[in-house]
Amino acid sequence: MSNPISILQDQVRAALASDTPLRLRGSGSKDFYGEVPRGSVLDTRGCAGVVDYEPTELVITARCGTRLADLEAVLAERGQMLACEPPHFGPDATVGGCVAAGLSGPRRAAAGSVRDFVLGVKLIDGNAEVMNFGGQVMKNVAGYDVSRLVCGSLGTLGLIAEVSLKVLPLPVEEATLLFRVSEAQALERLNQWGGQPLPISASAFYNGDLGVRLSGAGAAVRAARERLGGESIAPDAARTFWLGVREQTDPFFAGDEPLWRLSVPSIALPLDLPGRQLIEWGGALRWLKSTAPAAQVRDAAIRAGGHATLFRAAAGVGNVPVFNTLDATTMAIHRRLKQALDPKGIFNPGRMYPGL
Amino acid sequence: MGAIDTVEPGAVERDFSRVDRVALIAELRSILPPAALLVDHEDLKPYECDGLAAYREMPLLVALPDDETQVVAILKACRRLGVPVVARGAGTGLSGGAMPHKFGLLLSLAKFKRIIKVDPVARLAVVQPGVRNLAISEAASPYGLYYAPDPSSQIACTIGGNVAENSGGVHCLKYGLTVHNLLRVRGVTIDGEIVEIGNHALDAPGYDLLALITGSEGMLAVTTEVTVKLVPKPQLAVCLLAAFDDVAKAGNAVADVIAAGIIPAGLEMMDQGATVAVEEYVRAGYPLDAKAILLCEADGTPDEVAEEVERMKAVLGRSGATEMRVSRSEAERLRFWSGRKAAFPAAGRLSPDYYCYDGTVPRKRIAGLLEAIAELEKKYGLRCINVFHAGDGNMHPLILFDANVKGELARVEAFGAEILEMSVALGGTITGEHGVGFEKINQMCTQFRTAEIRAFHRIKAAFDPDGLLNPGKAIPTLNRCAEYGRMHVSGGQVAHPELPRF
Ligand SMILES: Cc1cc2nc3c(=O)[nH]c(=O)nc-3n(C[C@H](O)[C@H](O)[C@H](O)COP(=O)(O)OP(=O)(O)OC[C@H]3O[C@@H](n4cnc5c(N)ncnc54)[C@H](O)[C@@H]3O)c2cc1C
Repeated sequence: MSNPISILQDQVRAALASDTPLRLRGSGSKDFYGEVPRGSVLDTRGCAGVVDYEPTELVITARCGTRLADLEAVLAERGQMLACEPPHFGPDATVGGCVAAGLSGPRRAAAGSVRDFVLGVKLIDGNAEVMNFGGQVMKNVAGYDVSRLVCGSLGTLGLIAEVSLKVLPLPVEEATLLFRVSEAQALERLNQWGGQPLPISASAFYNGDLGVRLSGAGAAVRAARERLGGESIAPDAARTFWLGVREQTDPFFAGDEPLWRLSVPSIALPLDLPGRQLIEWGGALRWLKSTAPAAQVRDAAIRAGGHATLFRAAAGVGNVPVFNTLDATTMAIHRRLKQALDPKGIFNPGRMYPGL
Repeated sequence: MGAIDTVEPGAVERDFSRVDRVALIAELRSILPPAALLVDHEDLKPYECDGLAAYREMPLLVALPDDETQVVAILKACRRLGVPVVARGAGTGLSGGAMPHKFGLLLSLAKFKRIIKVDPVARLAVVQPGVRNLAISEAASPYGLYYAPDPSSQIACTIGGNVAENSGGVHCLKYGLTVHNLLRVRGVTIDGEIVEIGNHALDAPGYDLLALITGSEGMLAVTTEVTVKLVPKPQLAVCLLAAFDDVAKAGNAVADVIAAGIIPAGLEMMDQGATVAVEEYVRAGYPLDAKAILLCEADGTPDEVAEEVERMKAVLGRSGATEMRVSRSEAERLRFWSGRKAAFPAAGRLSPDYYCYDGTVPRKRIAGLLEAIAELEKKYGLRCINVFHAGDGNMHPLILFDANVKGELARVEAFGAEILEMSVALGGTITGEHGVGFEKINQMCTQFRTAEIRAFHRIKAAFDPDGLLNPGKAIPTLNRCAEYGRMHVSGGQVAHPELPRF
């Protein structure tokens, strides 16, 4: 049986030889994200499987084509989880796609982002070399942190063939509380609570409702519930709600208007933009369903000290770039990094920025 | 001296011997006030090494700028004149990262001491790179907040150095390393361009340059400002001290705690050599007959802590702890930790010199590595005491020696090299938190293959095409690895110990 990573490597070699740009793709659950994918599809799903999992090491290593759902099921069996709660956006989302997209879910503000949990990768670069960066241990500062650099790079720096992720125990107890407040009050409270030792693991505000999830040891969750008050949500309803936020199946996300993702400092005041907003991450993430002009949305994000991503939009929104423009110095560094890892530009050309 | 653009970056060590010191002095005098440029031998002397005193080199000059405009001008001048630049914080690094370059400028950030802003609502602090790690937590303390990564050197080391090394501390298992606690780094490239990496939101557009710059050992840019996250101080912390009559049992107990779904706020281990050494020094009250002790910390609300301590006790009891003590007061908790924190100075009292290594292995390999180290002590005729961040598998073997005894340092290096190479073989790494610096440059050739080393050099060149920032550190040249491979016989025997090793 041929090693699945060598098969991928051969495909990259062949693409290099024929100068064919590659569109790296798992199940396509995140096809919508980033600039329009181009190139001939390299399907990573043949390279699947959990390679190594030792609960006591808090590390799981999986090949890129492993279904994220399968990986999470393996962890759940041992009472563990991916604490960044990455969204799947489809039943067959893969681990490689999750790391390449670098998107994190509701627990992000409390637990960290996907990149925070990346410990190592096996990367196939644009010279078709298979390289190992990082490893399977918690602390490792040998060499530049390429594993985390490629997280969120949308496959433009190389093919993530295998990844090692730090995992955490599932919280012993969870509870969700609901508060009826204005947007300004919600932001004020979230920032206030953020500065206190409370086990808040997620928050979501929409239309006068602020949902707060507590996770942790039984005693901590009970104490926080008493302190914060609010209305308790039944566990099943709460689970459905947070899943809806994570997977964007919540009714908020329905409708044809473009969906913007505004990542701003948590203390940013309510953003006065047309359309509707759902606020996560203690105030640091603001989803906007709006037909407002891109310039207006981006200006608001920049003025608040953050940036705006045109997260989902039906075709025909015009020539609006998906991501905020980088300043000239940073863009030059991006180009040279791309050159360093993918000199022929064969991986996901233009998926993040033109020329990358 | 023009870029060597015909040769692949990092293929061979560059020759800087033709750097023009006189021209450099003239340039720097036009940028800096007289007191901020050190040129005399006795003024340069204090900078000849960092915390790893075994390796020393005199810099050509030392510059002590006090603002970013000067840093920009200095870097531009060095770029123009082809002069190497080594940034320096407090010089507490343990891998020779801030060791000067013979033909280079040592750029001290010591004057960048300002805490620009502590924002308790946004829970962040904006600081200059020369601010000491502990000073940040002190400034945040009135708001019930602190900066989580707490290296044992925190009273002295700077945040600029922490960013460069991705430093850790005893609470990293639960609260993360430097990389997990940064929001933004502002720096200057060798071209004198300002780079803003990250922001005060939770992510930034583009590649994750914040992760790349963290731990990059001053090779990519000079940091001039940092925004760190502040986190709420836990209401209560309690430390559990567990004694074991067998090192392997203690090592396995660490894995058992994690397997039980507990993430302690700190989980540290010391072997008997270490407990005995520190006990004489700080009287922490450690059980001296134990072959190893674990310090296991729980933090949170009082109820939560009580619950977690009970769970920890149950697990450690099953793992064979012969004695367990729970701190009953903050004073007692600090006393439990005082021994761990005093391990280095205590080693310094046991022996004229000590050398600290920093490999990381999977937790389940801790016991095996400790046994192997005990064998190596016999082989090299040197004592080694062990303290480590057990929860993370990050070992700090302290090899005791006397630098004045001819050949001892060479034996220490061979001993250390074996430990590091063994760490790699056991699925770990040569450095968990101290960095590669100058010290572990050869072992990089063991951990990585040529393909990765070349990629590292290309990444470096994306920021610093002429290789002027901290040359000779962090990433070995391909040439060096080839040499090392030739003289390195597997099994850890150096073929010609009498020859100077580069
Ligand atoms: C007793 C003792 C205990 C220690 N305990 C720990 C520990 O628990 N955990 C741990 O991780 N480390 C520990 N260390 C190691 C050391 O303290 C850390 O590596 C620390 O981060 C170094 O900070 P510094 O300011 O002293 O940096 P320096 O030693 O001055 O420099 C370290 C590196 O950073 C670079 N650098 C410094 N400032 C800048 C800047 N502004 N821009 C770009 N590059 C820069 C230098 O070029 C060098 O490569 C310990 C050291 C000692 C002596």
